[in-house]
Amino acid sequence: MSGILVVMEQRGGRIAHISWEALAAAQRLGNSASITAVVMGAQTETLAAEVVARAPVKVLRMEHALLQPYTPDGYIAALQQLIQREEPSYVVFPHTYQVRDYAPALAARFGQVLMSDVTAISEGHLFTRQLMQGRLNGAYRKLGNGICFVSVQAGAFFADGGSSIATNVEFFTPTIDAAQIRTRPGEHYRAAAQTVDLGSAQMIVSVGRGIKSQENISIIQNLAMALGAEVAASRPICDAGWLPMERQVGSSGQTVAPKLYIAAGISGAIQHLVGMKGSQCIVAINKDPDAPIFEVADYGIVGDLMEIVPALTEAVKAAKH
Amino acid sequence: MKIIVAIKQVPDREVPVRINAAGKWIEEADLQFAMNEPDAHALEEALQLKEKHGGEVVVLSAGPERVAITIREALAKGADRAIHIECDDLGQRDALGVAQLLAAAIRLESPDLVLTGLQSEDLGLGQTGVIVAELLGLPHATLILHVDKNESGIEVKRELEEGWFQNIQLPLPAVLTIQSGGNKLRYATLMGIKRAKTKELRRLAATDLGVASTPVVTLEQISLPQKQKSTQMIIGTPREAAATLVERLKTEVHVL
Repeated sequence: MSGILVVMEQRGGRIAHISWEALAAAQRLGNSASITAVVMGAQTETLAAEVVARAPVKVLRMEHALLQPYTPDGYIAALQQLIQREEPSYVVFPHTYQVRDYAPALAARFGQVLMSDVTAISEGHLFTRQLMQGRLNGAYRKLGNGICFVSVQAGAFFADGGSSIATNVEFFTPTIDAAQIRTRPGEHYRAAAQTVDLGSAQMIVSVGRGIKSQENISIIQNLAMALGAEVAASRPICDAGWLPMERQVGSSGQTVAPKLYIAAGISGAIQHLVGMKGSQCIVAINKDPDAPIFEVADYGIVGDLMEIVPALTEAVKAAKH
Repeated sequence: MKIIVAIKQVPDREVPVRINAAGKWIEEADLQFAMNEPDAHALEEALQLKEKHGGEVVVLSAGPERVAITIREALAKGADRAIHIECDDLGQRDALGVAQLLAAAIRLESPDLVLTGLQSEDLGLGQTGVIVAELLGLPHATLILHVDKNESGIEVKRELEEGWFQNIQLPLPAVLTIQSGGNKLRYATLMGIKRAKTKELRRLAATDLGVASTPVVTLEQISLPQKQKSTQMIIGTPREAAATLVERLKTEVHVL
């Protein structure tokens, strides 16, 4: 048993960026010669070519008509066969919604547990992941000799541009029977045309649970107006209907990188951070000095946002006069 | 339709956490506990399905004595009965070990549908529902916002990344993990709270469920996260802090 399999996920027919990060994480577990990047689908030629052009690892093309569209049953059956054949030490995944959907079951099939959304791999193979909505880090260790399944959080491992040397491309055709696939997936759709493009905003004032009630949203809107900024929110605010879904920042909403991002009453769970940590300047306002948002903030104010935000609005107005 | 909802009791997110002396978990004496929010949405979805199609909603939770409070809350909101897997060592079990406990209790009930939240607010593994499905040999779907029953089973609305969705048709029985925000949570009524006291709460000892797997993954140490940036903390009254911040935004960040 040796070697590392990295399951490369695609998006829109291209290798998803987070897959390169998973490959970078795999390189912390073993050298490139021990890594096999797996591309899977009904057709994998362009995906394989993309990997060959970029990464000095083996490429394995796993093709089957029943791998398109994605179903957990199809993916689990196919990967189970591949893992049984390859007997790797590690199987590494990008931590995507799709991976969350099948990898825990795949690991369980081997009597293992997926180390999920890992943010760091340290010497001695301790795997770090966040706990308590990002308030704590946990260091996990794999016990026993079985295969180690790991999924890698977005933005945690640096995927360099890379250059490739002659790469070995292999094929693997799994045996999948249509009757094995119990779910019928429909087409992907968006709820409505997005009219707010937070991605191009220069400044964003974003609000989270700390706002407490819908009536208080107006203080955020006032600050945004004074700055000439867009209003955004973390998931719970949009779930509650206090702001429309299209203003949500995070893994299930938009990814933003403005010059200024003011996070008011947002604790900073990883699902939110992945959507905004690329901002040039982050200001965090939170009553909890240990809130994880302060870990990524350039400026922090600990206190009641109901007092600080209106004061800030007045100060901005005064500065602009 | 017989629906089992697996719920977890988690530390209340408003209460500050302190790492315990062993550095392995948080000081539980400091904590207040609450129902895991995604599980509350799973319960709500189950109650709405029952209201539309009839049947029974059974709440299932594993953990120590204190978990009974969260179970009563679910009963007060309208679940018909409950199963408490009594177990003081939940933290020593890995995701597979916990799922084995839940799956063993679910098997005794042969439900049409199993719902749970997509992840817990404490460990955040997001795996329990998927592993339970695997152990029970049932089809599953994750990150579900809405469930519609139809002739051949159920059609569910699944959340994808970046604002995309997908509908999926599944046969029953099935396991779903429910995403927060797909439905609006109800409050328990006074009548509900009163009724909850008389509803059946069956206690099962973890040892009686006949599953005792050795963990394959262990949480060895917990720690406070290290700062990724050096944060300038701005102090003073709200007015002073606001003035200082605006000054910095002008002179250091150049956005004003």
